[in-house]
Amino acid sequence: MSQTITIDPVTRLEGHGKITIQLNGEGEVEDAHFHVTQVRGFEKFAEGRPFYEMPSLMARICGICPVSHLIASARACEAIMSVRIPRTAAQLRRMLNLAQMVQSHALSFFYLASPDLLLGMESDPAARHIFGVVAAKPELGRAGIGLRRFGQHIIELLGKKRIHPGWVVPGGVTEPLEASKRDEILAMLPEAYANIQLALAAYKQIADTFRHEIEVFANFQSNYMSLINEDESIEFTVGALRVIDSSGNILEDGILADGFSDLIGEAVEPYSYTKFAYLKSLGYPAGSYRVGPLARLNIAKTMGTPLAEKELAEFKQLASGPVQSSFHYHHARLIEILYGIEKIELILADPLILDKHVRAFAGVNRLEGAGQAEAPRGTLNHHYKVDENGLITWANLVIATGQNNNAMNRGVLQAARHYVKDGKFTEGALNRVEAVIRTFDPCLSCSTHAFGQMPLVLTLLSHNGEVVDRVIR
Amino acid sequence: MSKLKLATVWLDGCSGCHMSILDMDERLLAIAEVVDIVYSPIVDTKDYPDAVDIALVEGAVASVDDERKIRKIRAHTKLLVAMGDCAITGNVPSMRNPIGPQAILDRAYIENASAQPQIPCVVVPQLLRVVRPIHEFVKVDVFLPGCPPSADTFHAALTALATGVPLDIPALTRFGA
Ligand code: SF4
Repeated sequence: MSQTITIDPVTRLEGHGKITIQLNGEGEVEDAHFHVTQVRGFEKFAEGRPFYEMPSLMARICGICPVSHLIASARACEAIMSVRIPRTAAQLRRMLNLAQMVQSHALSFFYLASPDLLLGMESDPAARHIFGVVAAKPELGRAGIGLRRFGQHIIELLGKKRIHPGWVVPGGVTEPLEASKRDEILAMLPEAYANIQLALAAYKQIADTFRHEIEVFANFQSNYMSLINEDESIEFTVGALRVIDSSGNILEDGILADGFSDLIGEAVEPYSYTKFAYLKSLGYPAGSYRVGPLARLNIAKTMGTPLAEKELAEFKQLASGPVQSSFHYHHARLIEILYGIEKIELILADPLILDKHVRAFAGVNRLEGAGQAEAPRGTLNHHYKVDENGLITWANLVIATGQNNNAMNRGVLQAARHYVKDGKFTEGALNRVEAVIRTFDPCLSCSTHAFGQMPLVLTLLSHNGEVVDRVIR
Repeated sequence: MSKLKLATVWLDGCSGCHMSILDMDERLLAIAEVVDIVYSPIVDTKDYPDAVDIALVEGAVASVDDERKIRKIRAHTKLLVAMGDCAITGNVPSMRNPIGPQAILDRAYIENASAQPQIPCVVVPQLLRVVRPIHEFVKVDVFLPGCPPSADTFHAALTALATGVPLDIPALTRFGA
């Protein structure tokens, strides 16, 4: 009798996801899928609306990384306006995006993943949450809350609102930075440094105990893509895309937003509302690739900030070429938090950061435009077409999670094969299969421009598909 | 006295309302002293518990799954709070209503796909024809507007609900806040 294990919902995840694991008559894992279960339709209902509304509308795709959507969207609008935004506006947006990266990584690492990492994959599910972490490891739990607050507070200082700030607009930002706010951010830095150093030290201490997870948590060769600067340093907001293969060879380089759609295609699988991005030159699924912190650190040759630079050198020691196990996304995330804090400090030292010229004005000067940015979980591309009046006639959005979709599915299968044996599995085994997904920190609201959740149900199916038994965890 | 049981649920929203709950930062720890978060995207409970005191629900009702969930939540919850504009008015998710689900699906999975174009139909839930706010399906006890309601709003509202003090919502928040 074949059997399907359903993990529903996948918890401690940003959105609606299910995992199904198909067992054959011998109880061996035959296949496994990660399903994203909602769809919202931003690409379609944007039509007919003025392009300058897009940033604040598109931010509502995702409450976790609205800033990346704001920025990619504003950049697409600026391509339509054919303007270059003032330098200070560009620096302020960079800082905003970094602040968001810090808060989102803190959410992913501390609120969602750290219960597995600090309390244990097999720990009591009833206490496997951030409050359990604070109870067991108060300093680390509070460091996580503090790092998320650091990022969110900077966003609030700059944009007046922590979630969906209206400050980023086509052409730049609505208001310059005030000296008092700059000083307030500067005053927050020491605590943020202390928190991330604590977390990095704690992570390195425990990383070795996850040897087995590292081996089977989406540990395979793949291509990688991320933004990078001309000097090969990591970049989140400007720069151009580079793609490398599993040995680190450059496949594509210098790709700007308007070249994205020539490079990347999207495939559909019947079991998920999230599409599967791939490199057109290699086809689907051979052209699948990974994005996000792991990809960025595999691609960047330098961080450009002293503390993160040392951490990058240590990270690169994990493998002789690109680091392949998705478990290391966690480590990469912590290094990026450190980088974000350092870079924010550098940006604040820019003598022009308080400059009053922060916005360019223009109408429609091109009928098509694309913009890109790195969201915390990977590359984001917004592509719009407008009519002469600036009303949107077509939109396409390619989001991080879609680009990791193939790797997430392969990773779930790899872990399921390892942890589900002879049709038997423990709660901790299924939690590990879920934890594979958590390494990618997928934003499911983004990926389908969607979302939700439900109970874990184990359904036993007979060979002709009839439900024989149902067990609810 | 035993702790109040709190659930937080995502339907068709952007998670911004949930993020705003987390924006209470350290105040969350004080809240967790007086309420037990029994069901939420940030805890590992897979099945909605039988007797929940307060449920904060984000998002509109957009799919058959959402509809099934909101009915189940209502049946097992004393006080149901529609949090955020999407839950209360349909807000952004309901922008697809004049277009209908077919055109949405066609655009995403047929027109904007370069390989294997098809409408996903395995395991994924069917979309409702019209996205509607929660109160059109079940009785809602408290409406907390905002996109999202701020962390201060959540803090004041949860404190009031937990202690039984009357809530002055217009003083706390507004639509689009
Ligand atoms: S009300 Fe606003 S913040 Fe809340 S889910 Fe809807 S769009 Fe997101």
